[in-house]
Amino acid sequence: MLDKRMTAAEIVAQLSDGMTIGIGGWGPRRKPMALVREILRSDLKDLTIVAYGGADVGMLCAAGKVKKVVFAFVSLDAIPLEPWFRKAREAGQLEVLEVDEGMFQWGLKAAAFGLPFLPTRVGLGTDLAALGGLKTVTSPYADAETLIAMPALKLDAALIHVNRSDWRGNVQVFGPDVYYDEWFAKAATKAYVSCEELVDRMEDHYPDDAQFNLFERCFVTGVVELAGGAHPSSMPPHYGWDMKAFKAYADAAKDPGDWSVVADRFVGASEADYMNSIGGKEAVAALPLPIF
Amino acid sequence: MTDVTLAELCIFAASEAFRGNGEIVATGVGPVPRLGAGLAKLTHTPELMMTDGECYLVEQPVPLGPRNYDDRKKAGYLPFSRFFDSAVWSGRRHAMVTPTQIDRFGQINLSQLGGTHKQPKTQMLGVRGFPGNTIYHPNSFFFPSHTTRVFVEGEVDMVSGVGYNPAKRVAGGNYSGVALKKIITNLCVMDFGGTDHAIRVVSLHPGVTFEEVQAATGFPLEKGDLTETPLPDADARAIIAQLDPHNIRASVIKDNPPAHRVS
Repeated sequence: MLDKRMTAAEIVAQLSDGMTIGIGGWGPRRKPMALVREILRSDLKDLTIVAYGGADVGMLCAAGKVKKVVFAFVSLDAIPLEPWFRKAREAGQLEVLEVDEGMFQWGLKAAAFGLPFLPTRVGLGTDLAALGGLKTVTSPYADAETLIAMPALKLDAALIHVNRSDWRGNVQVFGPDVYYDEWFAKAATKAYVSCEELVDRMEDHYPDDAQFNLFERCFVTGVVELAGGAHPSSMPPHYGWDMKAFKAYADAAKDPGDWSVVADRFVGASEADYMNSIGGKEAVAALPLPIF
Repeated sequence: MTDVTLAELCIFAASEAFRGNGEIVATGVGPVPRLGAGLAKLTHTPELMMTDGECYLVEQPVPLGPRNYDDRKKAGYLPFSRFFDSAVWSGRRHAMVTPTQIDRFGQINLSQLGGTHKQPKTQMLGVRGFPGNTIYHPNSFFFPSHTTRVFVEGEVDMVSGVGYNPAKRVAGGNYSGVALKKIITNLCVMDFGGTDHAIRVVSLHPGVTFEEVQAATGFPLEKGDLTETPLPDADARAIIAQLDPHNIRASVIKDNPPAHRVS
């Protein structure tokens, strides 16, 4: 089927308990939050989440959806320590594989290439290998160097938020930095893409931007248009992050500190309800880009 | 006699850590390291490369704090999507960062405090890029508050960055890229030039004694020449002021003390 349009609920219905799910973006940036919210509205559980983590990881942990997290950091940038992730960790409720940021993308690449691992120097001399059960390999060449074998981070599904897509999954990804979204798509058995703008045929609308096709459509299983779908994370050039929303979310981790009491505020009964509660797509579009 | 602040002295010391580093990416995380890298680039080491804090390479260091979004003049591009290939795993970078803990081997921790890895007492950021940074390229550190809580006795709670601890070095690994350079604190400047890379005090900030530094450190320190850390001159201070127009540097060290202690 070349028409890959789905609803967010249909995408989440394709996921099942115990799956390993990769989430694109980086900290408070380019997160497919509308799809994450749809998972939060579902009965899914026991997930392994693989992410350069932000509120996506925090919310899923807070809601008890997560068995294991593969991470190098979980952070909201201006709020350095993701408060809900922190709570879950300090309660001892999560299994973890903690790796370096570079090892993380190396693991995605191993999965993308169908390799069991890729060798790296990174991790030697630290506690990562012992804590994560990472093994070493020896170079078969004259150098005989000992290297860490970073295992493939194979994903059952990847969730990615892009700027544009057409019905067939021809995506266009803008913004100053696309992080490792391409590798999440390629490391996954199935990648689902939400977008700010959906068109029927990309070549009829934006042919001049074809070089922004970050990954090819063979890596895309489903697409859904969800304008504002990265909120409260940033989605340049459309909108910046919503630091007020992040602050409210972080404060709620202290008071009342119970996700079930506040989930309705940060997830909503439906995406339409959520969007209404934050002032609609227009309010999201008006969020200024952050200045570094 | 002078109104130079301790933060400005630290910025000046931080800039010295980048002197003569060549055509590499100078990354300063936090106001003092970032201003130090900018000062180095605008004075003695113009060949340094640096980003705008996001993903563009700039030849004019970007000032701290609020300004117009498009004030950055982009000269190049170094996004996270190619950061490991271009900067970290090629060794073409020198980062100055502030971990939560550091020990006598130069091992650093940014991940967790206390408890176990399954259930830490305090979860922090995670190891981020520290394991890769420390095995591939030079690193320096800045600590605004030199205490035994930071400079810990024994080893750090979770070794997030490679140090000079022989017990942690898996046989056959290549550690030739490990290069810990300078530690700048509110009390002194140190390096790793002691016996077997032991941490050594090389200069004391005006009015600080070696004994005071030792008392604030959880492990024995070696003594270098113990000169007095130099103050930034007027030109350096003008550049610092221009790179930090909102005086964010005043909030880095508790009570923003002067470089010369008032006794």
